[in-house]
Amino acid sequence: MDCVATGGNVKVLAKAIHSLSRIGEELYLEPLEDGLALRSVNSSRSAFACFLLSPLFFQRYQTPSDQSFRCKMPIKSVQAVFKSLASLDRSVEKCRIQLNSEKNRLTITLHCKHGLLKTHNLSYQECEGLQAVFDKESCANVLQAQPRLMVDTVLHFPPSLEEVNLSVSSDRVWLRNHVEDDADSSRAMMTELCLSSEEFDHFAVGSQTSVTFCLKELRGLLVFAESSGLPVSLYFDEPGSPVILSVTDSVLEANFVLATLSEDSHPKNHVNTKHPDTEQPPDDFMSDDMDSFLIAMETSELPVPSHVPTSPPRPTSYRKHSFSEEEEEEEEALAEGPPNKKFCSLFFGSVLPTPSHLPNQTMQSQEVLASDSEDENQTETS
Amino acid sequence: MKFRAKIIDVGCLNHFTRVVNTVSRLTKACVLRLTCDHLYFVLSGRVASGGVSMWCELSQGNFFDEFQLEGVSADANEIFLEVAPENLSRALKTAQNAKSVKIKLTKKSCPCLTLAAELPSLSSVSRVVTHDIPVDVIPRRLWHDFREPQMPDFDVSIYLPPLKTMKSVVDRMKNLSNYLVLEANLNGEMNLKIDTDLVSVTTHFKELGNPPWGDDGSQSSSPAHRDPDLMAEARVEIRKLQQFLTGQQVNPSRAMCNIVDRRILHLIFLHEDVSLQYFIPAVV
Repeated sequence: MDCVATGGNVKVLAKAIHSLSRIGEELYLEPLEDGLALRSVNSSRSAFACFLLSPLFFQRYQTPSDQSFRCKMPIKSVQAVFKSLASLDRSVEKCRIQLNSEKNRLTITLHCKHGLLKTHNLSYQECEGLQAVFDKESCANVLQAQPRLMVDTVLHFPPSLEEVNLSVSSDRVWLRNHVEDDADSSRAMMTELCLSSEEFDHFAVGSQTSVTFCLKELRGLLVFAESSGLPVSLYFDEPGSPVILSVTDSVLEANFVLATLSEDSHPKNHVNTKHPDTEQPPDDFMSDDMDSFLIAMETSELPVPSHVPTSPPRPTSYRKHSFSEEEEEEEEALAEGPPNKKFCSLFFGSVLPTPSHLPNQTMQSQEVLASDSEDENQTETS
Repeated sequence: MKFRAKIIDVGCLNHFTRVVNTVSRLTKACVLRLTCDHLYFVLSGRVASGGVSMWCELSQGNFFDEFQLEGVSADANEIFLEVAPENLSRALKTAQNAKSVKIKLTKKSCPCLTLAAELPSLSSVSRVVTHDIPVDVIPRRLWHDFREPQMPDFDVSIYLPPLKTMKSVVDRMKNLSNYLVLEANLNGEMNLKIDTDLVSVTTHFKELGNPPWGDDGSQSSSPAHRDPDLMAEARVEIRKLQQFLTGQQVNPSRAMCNIVDRRILHLIFLHEDVSLQYFIPAVV
């Protein structure tokens, strides 16, 4: 793989990575025919982001010979390469990303002024693909606005606010802070912002709807959109279906997919029918809910410490741990748990064409590596 | 009980916001007393607040274009609300360029002070941001806790040195000690002193001037009788003094303090139409 970005696009690339860092801890990289896909997902699987940089974004774009190369790495190490945006602007002329598959390193070289070369060798982990299943075109409601409008709107809410509710009618949009229904809720300060549909570049509302999602993860996209000056499109449907925020231009497409609070306790799971055979839970999870979408996501990844109890296991949550009941109660008592206790998880389908994924098949990519070493041993011993 | 008020002038809005910001830095919760002519932010000296008390008085006419109040009853035409000034501060923060800001007492799931700001927008229809700030209505039988504090019989009254200077001195002293002695005399001299096992530091201020209290104020000993060089002092927690000085967003037109020897430090800041009084009890 060999990609070269030049000039202002280096900064755009850097900003994309910084945006993704607001979502999750790991950066998933996949060079496709269509372009370089950079993705991230949060630990509770309720927010997903993908930047697709088309071949035209790059001065040079060459995909690896191995068509199915996919990897992930800690996003902090990639951020460290693109640390100071201001200095990137001033001094970096070219950025080259190459894959060194023998050494399992992703080499990022920054060609700076005065012939200075900064080379970063990042180790990566091969993995299966990460992709949330969503369909923008099928969403009933579409809004598009200048990033300035979105930023100004979000300003009214404190940075610490987790959940926000977006409601639309035929000519108005309301944004409210969402407060959990518990004893404390009556004492919380409520903020509501009402905008007219005229403020939007595009306003297509199928029917009056109200969705609730996490604001925090959205801010990463807004920062990117504001600096790029590109309009932000918002696609959403009924509660339970994800909200998709999208920024597009001729050479890149960014999609931020955020899970929304479902009205009833069961997460909407209409995509279940597409992958009926992914219902088998992995060993770590004793989910009794319709969690197959979550399971599908889990089976498509290598076992990473994602079973760390980041979300309190309330009965309506999509994640339930095989811990004892006491521990569950203890975790429930922690009010500080992540906000998306009742959020629907996003469906993540495996990118590989084969539909059936049993837990041991997650080891496939690792198994491949293992088999190489076995071969080596065999050749050595033989 | 009814309360509605409206601010249309940007300058008034900014000024009101600054006052609220100052109050929010001094205390997490306070009482908002509303009368036909004034607004008061009151913190009554309790153990919970560490004994400090605050009285901030605003003349309503200088801020609001419309102001309607119907108090608890005809003979008690006032409203007392317990509120977290930080919420008010937060609500006002993003409304600084509003065309108008309306404040109303409402009842949502609990009594609220609802702030509605009409903001400029890209279209013909304004953006409206509404904040519902939960408040507690204080019953009349508790109103006496929040009376205007009486001017204490002070021993010395003196103008403070420039706030910036005083603040930087106090900030540095805070690193060395938890307590500070503020002493002053009727000769316009003030000293800020700290005294620990390791170090003693004194900062001297001269020619500060003493406010002329005439028939308005009360003084235990009139200037003629008190030795002008005699210092009156109050030993206070530096943290409390620092908190007060740090919170100030506006340079007051007049800043002075009254000292009741070894009892109270009474700080008074006046700025146009706002007066802020802060009482810090002296410690042994």
